[in-house]
Parts: sequence; C-alpha cells; structure tokens
Amino acid sequence: MQPQHLTIESRTERLIEVRDFVSTAARQFGFTDEEVSKIALAIDEACTNIIKHAYAHDPTQRIAITIRGNDRAFEVLISDQGRQFNPSSIPSPDMKEYLSHFRRGGLGVYLMRSLMDKVEYSIHPGKNEVRLTKNLSR
Amino acid sequence: MSEFKIARRETDNIHVLELKGYLDAHTAPKLEEAFQTLLKDERYRIVVNCKDLSYISSAGLGVFMAFIEDVRKNQGDIKLSNLSAKVYNVFDLLGFPLLYDIVPDEAEAVRRFFDATRPSR
Repeated sequence: MQPQHLTIESRTERLIEVRDFVSTAARQFGFTDEEVSKIALAIDEACTNIIKHAYAHDPTQRIAITIRGNDRAFEVLISDQGRQFNPSSIPSPDMKEYLSHFRRGGLGVYLMRSLMDKVEYSIHPGKNEVRLTKNLSR
Repeated sequence: MSEFKIARRETDNIHVLELKGYLDAHTAPKLEEAFQTLLKDERYRIVVNCKDLSYISSAGLGVFMAFIEDVRKNQGDIKLSNLSAKVYNVFDLLGFPLLYDIVPDEAEAVRRFFDATRPSR
C-alpha cells in the first residue's frame, strides 16, 4: 500500500474527515467493518487529544496524518508541533474503579490502547509523534 | 453542521433525548447543553434513545459521566436504549454496562422508571 497523507487544522470539525480518511484506507487494507470502526475511533481519540491538549484548541495549528501498510501491519502516524503530551506514563485505569467515581477524561488513551495492537509515542525536538498499529489477523 | 442532532420528547414525566448522527469531540457540547437544560429544569428522569446514533467517541461518553452523579443524587437516572452493536461495543469496552442501565428499547427504559418508583410489598 502506498503511503497516504492528510493534514488538517487543529479543529474538532475536521475529525469526521479524519475518520473517513482512515476508514477508507483500513478497508482497502483488508480489515472487516468492525475492525475499521475500531481503527477510526482510535485515530479520532488520538487527534482529539492533540487538539485539546497539545494545541489547547488553537485552530491555526496543524496535525499531519500518514498511513502506511507494511506486510500485515497497518500503521497510522500522527504528528503535531504542540505541547508535549506523553500518555505512556499514565497507567491504564481500572475501569470499574474509575467509573464508580464518575471520573471524566483520560478515557481516550484507554480506548486507543484497547482498540489498537500498539500505541507508541515519541517526542522529537519541536515535534510529537504517535504511531498506532493494527495487524491484519487473517 | 448537521452531523449530530438531538430531539427532545416527554412522556409521563420521563424526558427522552433522541440522538442522531455522530457524537464526537465536536458535537459533544450539544449533548452537554441538552443535559444542562434538563437539569436546570429539574428533569432527572432521562432516557437517551440511541437508535440513530451512528458513532460515539470518549468525548460523548464523558458527557454521560459528567451528569450521572447529579441526576442520581436527585433520585433520577440516565437510561440508555436502542444502541447499535457498534455503539454498544464502545460503551462495553469502557465498562459502562456496570454503571449505566442500558436496555434494548425505549419502552423498557421508561418501564424501569415506573418499576423503580412502585412501592414494594
């Protein structure tokens, strides 16, 4: 699969376009409808985190998304130039405990980890990157 | 943007929000506003009918979490009905069925409010 790129402004209005972009590529790669939905949700969560936390809702900023297919691995690379945000250090919450205290927020990171096979964060000078990978099971 | 719509109805003092479309970080404030209006009017018996809800992300789930405590403190509840398998899976992944009353259809959700208020013998 040829790499595919999409760059959007950091606005929640653009999330629907991101989901469509990722869904089309994931479907072409061979994922089932259920898997496509999971991947699209994970990418939505990653972009939402960037819009809210890295860019603090500054719509003049940009988010770059690259999709690469490598053998059976479907990789989505999302990069931004905002505030560093490294959720790798946040432990996954015990959801029963979490919900029983009606806590809000932080659900996105948990969802990304649950929906994808791998979620990796890297921080470079002036650039944050999150790489989400899902493997074809067949 | 018409990607998310909320219709509000009332039957027997139960307030029904019908959700349609995509509930994400962009559209979640609309749902938040709808709950705020209900709570301001002291409407605490709420059914959210998700029949036409095509998508939900954590921003949407967060709205339910933001209001459930206040609603229950006031002897009310937020019951969810008619979820598609796709939307239910997201709720399930986060363990929501442990905490929220999620039922197959709206009539059942409404009935549960009446069952809960009926004096037990």
